[in-house]
Amino acid sequence: MIRFLIKGLIRDRSRSLFPVLTVMIGVMLTVVLQTWFRGVESEGVQIAASFDTGHVKIMSQAYADEYDQIPNDLAFIGVHDLMQDLKKDFPDMIWLPRIKFGGLIDIPDENGETRAQSSVMGFGVDLLSSDSPEKRILNLENAVVRGRLPEKRDEILLSDEMAQQLGVEIGETATLIGSTMYGSMATYNFTVVGTIRFGITAMDRGSMIADLSDIQTALDMDDAAGEILGLFPDLFFYDRRANGIKDQFNAAHQNPEDEFSPVMLTLKEQAGFGEMLDLIKSASNIGISIFVVVMSIVLWNAGLIGSIRRYGEIGVRLAVGENKNHLYRSMIIESLCIGFFGTVLGTAVGIAIAFYLQETGIDISSMMQDATMVMSDVMRARITPGSFVIGFVPGLLATLLGTSISGIGIYKRQTSRLMKELEV
Amino acid sequence: MNNSVIIKTKDLVKVYPMGQHDLVALDHVNLVFQKGEFAGVVGPSGSGKTTLLNIIGSLDTPSDGSAVVLDRNVETLSNKEAAKLRNQHIGFIFQTFNLFPVYSVFENVEFPLLLQRMSSAARKKAVYDSLEWVHLADRAKSKPAQLSGGQSQRVAIARAIVKKPEVVLADEPTANLDAENSHHIMKTMVQLNEELGTTFVFSTHDEKVMRYLRRKISLIDGKVAKDEVISKKRGKST
Repeated sequence: MIRFLIKGLIRDRSRSLFPVLTVMIGVMLTVVLQTWFRGVESEGVQIAASFDTGHVKIMSQAYADEYDQIPNDLAFIGVHDLMQDLKKDFPDMIWLPRIKFGGLIDIPDENGETRAQSSVMGFGVDLLSSDSPEKRILNLENAVVRGRLPEKRDEILLSDEMAQQLGVEIGETATLIGSTMYGSMATYNFTVVGTIRFGITAMDRGSMIADLSDIQTALDMDDAAGEILGLFPDLFFYDRRANGIKDQFNAAHQNPEDEFSPVMLTLKEQAGFGEMLDLIKSASNIGISIFVVVMSIVLWNAGLIGSIRRYGEIGVRLAVGENKNHLYRSMIIESLCIGFFGTVLGTAVGIAIAFYLQETGIDISSMMQDATMVMSDVMRARITPGSFVIGFVPGLLATLLGTSISGIGIYKRQTSRLMKELEV
Repeated sequence: MNNSVIIKTKDLVKVYPMGQHDLVALDHVNLVFQKGEFAGVVGPSGSGKTTLLNIIGSLDTPSDGSAVVLDRNVETLSNKEAAKLRNQHIGFIFQTFNLFPVYSVFENVEFPLLLQRMSSAARKKAVYDSLEWVHLADRAKSKPAQLSGGQSQRVAIARAIVKKPEVVLADEPTANLDAENSHHIMKTMVQLNEELGTTFVFSTHDEKVMRYLRRKISLIDGKVAKDEVISKKRGKST
């Protein structure tokens, strides 16, 4: 009997192929949308954490209070010792001392006179230590457009867009004009060894990246840093763990009486990130839920219609002597098979598309010309464990529900009426 | 019940609620069918023919009165018992053939036997015997779409008789067939009635069918208006 039913199922495309395709497409769209929302959500967090906030960040209390102005005169001194403590107390974290600074970049001609000049947003990061993870965190190797990464002191990278505007060639000198930690004017000559593009419009417009020790020298910030970023090794943000680390660190180091004592903030405590993250998460959860509900209704209806259009066959089967329980059970098993195969196929195709979107992404830079936010102009999906199961809600449950409800008609109607109404 | 009595209805009433009014489809119908009868229930549309067959076939239950089929009271049967009665003892033939389009002729005829959990070899023999009866053994592998209307109805007959039922209920079996095919179908059923002793009860208003009946029961407005025996012999030889 089972073989007989399977034979019919395979031969009748309107009972097998088309429902499987319907479920597959519905599930695929659900998976792609879910990964897309998660991608947008996590891409924003990851970029902000890598370039600006870390998952946790240590600053002096005074620096933290004036953070928007990048007040390097309030940076803390004694970075070396603090880094030793951090590596000992929190060995699982990545710790990155950085100096952010603003200034002018001046390109001299052969006579040493200004040929071109532009304001610059600079980052002093550890580029030259052999064990430094900065190149990976900032994805520098992939960001190089021309030239190479700095390999020795006094070498810098400029954003490609700015380098083109200034007409700077690789190997030329660029002079940083800024102010030291103590407020006096600072000038320092660097060699431009490469140009970079991050795919983050705000960063690509006018940034400079130099080794931390060079900036410490240039801005007279010996053993000082504006901030130390802490990141979880997989680069994903874990709110509870971050809070635990913050509490432990602040209990040991924070001194309310000393404005230069270090204080740690989590990503969510910085510049309204908490509210923004909660908002993004809520919006994406609502979006995913609405889509799952809509897709469930579509597939539920598909299951319902699929069964209703078989009332004729059902009537004959009952007349020939099949009992209602057996018939209902066979319909449920059939819809389970359809739902399961459709969901597995839809999830597989959805994950494949999501994987492509995760690795390659979609370039939206043309829409980001005037953006000032630190956000990627390549939108990517992100596959999470939930991506593998979310499709089962519309694919399996909704299909099953549709068949179950339509199958109730078998019980509610008199057999003779069922046959008569459906023109058996 | 007398051993030769196969179906008996007593004061059988069937009422369908139609909004604020009730439609009386069967009104105190008293009938007895003997084993091996070749009888037809005739009458205009809406006279209650199909309702009577549905109740005899345990597809429906009476509103009042009783219908006893093969010593089983239809109104007291559970779904499972009714299904078993239909599967083992009653064959149905419909006006529109109602073959499963994705299955072959062989598989269509085989279906009732699958429900009886018969062995594969026994099923095969029974299906081919049945197809031989209707002269379609050579079309066993064909799909219903490849058959003419007459051939499709012969497959439906084969499906109805494959389990060797005591009773075959045929609801307007020739309504969708031309004259020639109608006669072929009726001759086949007469032959089955004579050689297997199967009881046939038709519902029809087709004159071509009526010519073959040995007993004609006229229903008008749900009441038996006339019950006449036309011939004592099985079937009708023309």
